[in-house]
Amino acid sequence: MFYRTARRLPDSYSAQLSIIGRNEDRIIAALTLLAVLTLPQFASPYFLKALLIPFLILSIAAIGLNLLMGYAGQPSLGSGAFMAVGAYTAYKLATNVPEIPIVVDFAIAGVMAAGVGIVFGLPSLRMRAFYLAIATLAIQFFIEWLFSKVAWFWNDHPSGVVSIPQFSVFGIPIDTPQKEFYLIGIIVALMTILALNLTRSHIGRQWMAVRDNETAARLMGISVRRAKLSAFAISSFYCGVAGALWAFVYLKTLGITSYSIDVSFKIMFMIVIGGVGTIGGSFIGTAFVLLVPIFLSTVASALSLPISTGSIASMEQMIFGLLIVYFVIVEPQGIVRIVRNFHQKLVSWPLNVGR
Amino acid sequence: MSSEIQFFFEVLLSGLLTGILYSLVAIGFVLIYKASEVFNFAQGAMVLFAAMTLAGIHGNGVNLVLSGIITLLVMVLLAFSVERFILRRIVNQSPLSMFMATIGLSYFLLGLSQLVWGADVRALDIGIPDDQFIVGEIMIDQFDLTVAAVCLILVLSLVYFFQRTRVGLALRAVADDHQAAISVGVSLHKVWVIVWSIAGFVALVTGIVWGARLGVQPALNLIALKALPVIILGGLSSIPGAIVGGLIIGAGEKLFEIYLGSIFGGATESWVPYVIAIGFLLVRPSGLFGNNQLGRI
Repeated sequence: MFYRTARRLPDSYSAQLSIIGRNEDRIIAALTLLAVLTLPQFASPYFLKALLIPFLILSIAAIGLNLLMGYAGQPSLGSGAFMAVGAYTAYKLATNVPEIPIVVDFAIAGVMAAGVGIVFGLPSLRMRAFYLAIATLAIQFFIEWLFSKVAWFWNDHPSGVVSIPQFSVFGIPIDTPQKEFYLIGIIVALMTILALNLTRSHIGRQWMAVRDNETAARLMGISVRRAKLSAFAISSFYCGVAGALWAFVYLKTLGITSYSIDVSFKIMFMIVIGGVGTIGGSFIGTAFVLLVPIFLSTVASALSLPISTGSIASMEQMIFGLLIVYFVIVEPQGIVRIVRNFHQKLVSWPLNVGR
Repeated sequence: MSSEIQFFFEVLLSGLLTGILYSLVAIGFVLIYKASEVFNFAQGAMVLFAAMTLAGIHGNGVNLVLSGIITLLVMVLLAFSVERFILRRIVNQSPLSMFMATIGLSYFLLGLSQLVWGADVRALDIGIPDDQFIVGEIMIDQFDLTVAAVCLILVLSLVYFFQRTRVGLALRAVADDHQAAISVGVSLHKVWVIVWSIAGFVALVTGIVWGARLGVQPALNLIALKALPVIILGGLSSIPGAIVGGLIIGAGEKLFEIYLGSIFGGATESWVPYVIAIGFLLVRPSGLFGNNQLGRI
C-alpha cells in the first residue's frame, strides 16, 4: 500500500543515524508537523489553552521521567518536586533579575532542578526498585514543605500563591494562546529531539546497560555512579523546565499545590500507560492521562444525569482507575505497543493479512 | 524525675504510639508483598474503604459488631474480585506494572467509597474511653494504650496463623517460592484470596483505629503515605520490620518535631520519616529485616 514492503538497508552513515528510518514515515511526520503548525490558526483558544498547552508541557516532564525510569531504570516519585524547583527558580529570576531573557531563565530553572536531582539521586547508588521509589518521595515532601515554609521563594508575598509577570521572548510578548502554543511547541520539539538523540548516544546506552544489568554494565567499564547521577540530572532538567513552563505559560500563577505528590503520580501514570522506555510513549501517555478525565466529565455533562456533581466526580475517579488497571492488564508495555503493532501491520500489508 | 526527662518520655511514648498506627498500615503492605510480590499501593484506599463501609453501615442503625462482620465480608469479596479480575491476569508482569495496577485499584476504591458513602467526615465511636492516667510520672492516653493492645493482639494472632496453621504454612511456602509451592499442590489463587482477605481485615482494624481517632474521612487514604517510609525502613517482606520500623518512625518524627522542628520552622513530620528511613537504608539497603536479594549476574 503506502509503504514499500521490501527492506532497505542504510547506504550511508547519515542514513543509518537518521531518527526516522523510512521515507514514508518521514512524509507522515512532515504532514503531522504541518498540521500541528497550522493548528493554532483554526483551533479555538479554549482548545489550545486547556488541552494542547498543558499536554505539551506535561509531555516534557513525562519524557524526563521516562529517561530516568524507562531508560536508566531508576523509579522516581519526585517529578513534581523537580518541577517545583524549576518553577520557583524561574520565578525568582524573572522577578529579581529581569535583565536575563526569560528563555535563559527557563534553562537555568532546568539546571537548578538538575542540581537538586543529583543530590537526591544519591540514594540510588545504594537502593533500588521500590526502596528507591519511596526514597524519592523524600524530595517530594521536603520540597513541598520547603516551598510552603520559606517565603523568600515567592518574594514574601502574603498569600502563598503569586501571579506570574507578563513576559516576552526575543521582544515578542507572549500574550495570546497562539503565541504560547508556538513557544511551547518549539521547546518541546527541541527537547524531544535532544531526548531521542540522548537515548541513542553513549549516555543513553550506558543508562540502558545499567538498567538491564548493573553488574554487567560495571564489568564493561561503565561508571554506574555516573550513569545513574547523569540520568537523575537530565531527567530533573526536563522536569524543571516543564515546571517553569507550567507556572509561566499554563497557570500564570505559582503555588506549591500545583506541584503536589498527585502530579508526581500522574507523571508516573503517563509513562507507564504510554510505554516505559519510549519517547513516543511519553506523549501518548500524557494525552491519555490528561484527556480521559476531560472526556469523562464531558460525557457526564452531556448525559446530564440527575446526580450530584460529587457523585459524578467519584464515578470519573472510578472509571479512570479501572482504565488504568485495564491498560496494565491488556498492554503492560503501554499504549505505544499498540501503535507500533499497528504500524508494523501497515508496513507489511498486504503480506500479513491472515495473521 | 525532673520535668524535662518526664517531658521527653511523654513525647517518646506518644511518638511510639503513633508509630503503632503506622505499623498497622505497614503490616497490610507487607502481607501482600510477601505472598504475591505486589507492592500494594491500594492498602491506604482499602483502609479508607473499610472504615467508610463500617461507619456507613453502623450509621444506618446496625450495631457495631454486626456491621464489622458485614464489612469484613465486603473486604473478603473485594479480595476475591481483586484476585479474579486483576492478580490472575497480571501475574508475571513487571513489578512496576503490578504497582500501577494497584494504584488504579486505589483510585477505584476511593471513587467507590465516596460514591456510596459521600465525602463527609463521619465520627466513629467504638467505645474506647479517651481518658488519661498517670503511670509513675508520665501521662498516658488510654486510647493509645488500647490501640497498642489491639495491635499486639493482631500481630500475635497473625504470627499464630502463619506459624501454626496449615493455611499459614501454605502462605509461607508461596512467599518463599511460587513455583515450588505450586508443584506441591498449593493453590496460588486461593492463597492470594486469603492474603488479600487478611490484608482487608488488617485494613479494617486500621480503619477502625484511625477512624476513631481522626474521624472517617477521605483524607484517611493519605496515611498510606506515612506507612511507606515504615516499610522501606523495616524491609518490604518483614512483619517484625513493619512494627519496629513504625516505632522508629513514629518516635523519630515526634522527637525531631518537638526538639528540632522549631529550627526548621515546624511541620517537619511530612519529610522527616523519609529522611530517617533513607538514613537507615544507606547503611542497610534492603531494610532492617529485609532479606538481601540475590540478583542474576
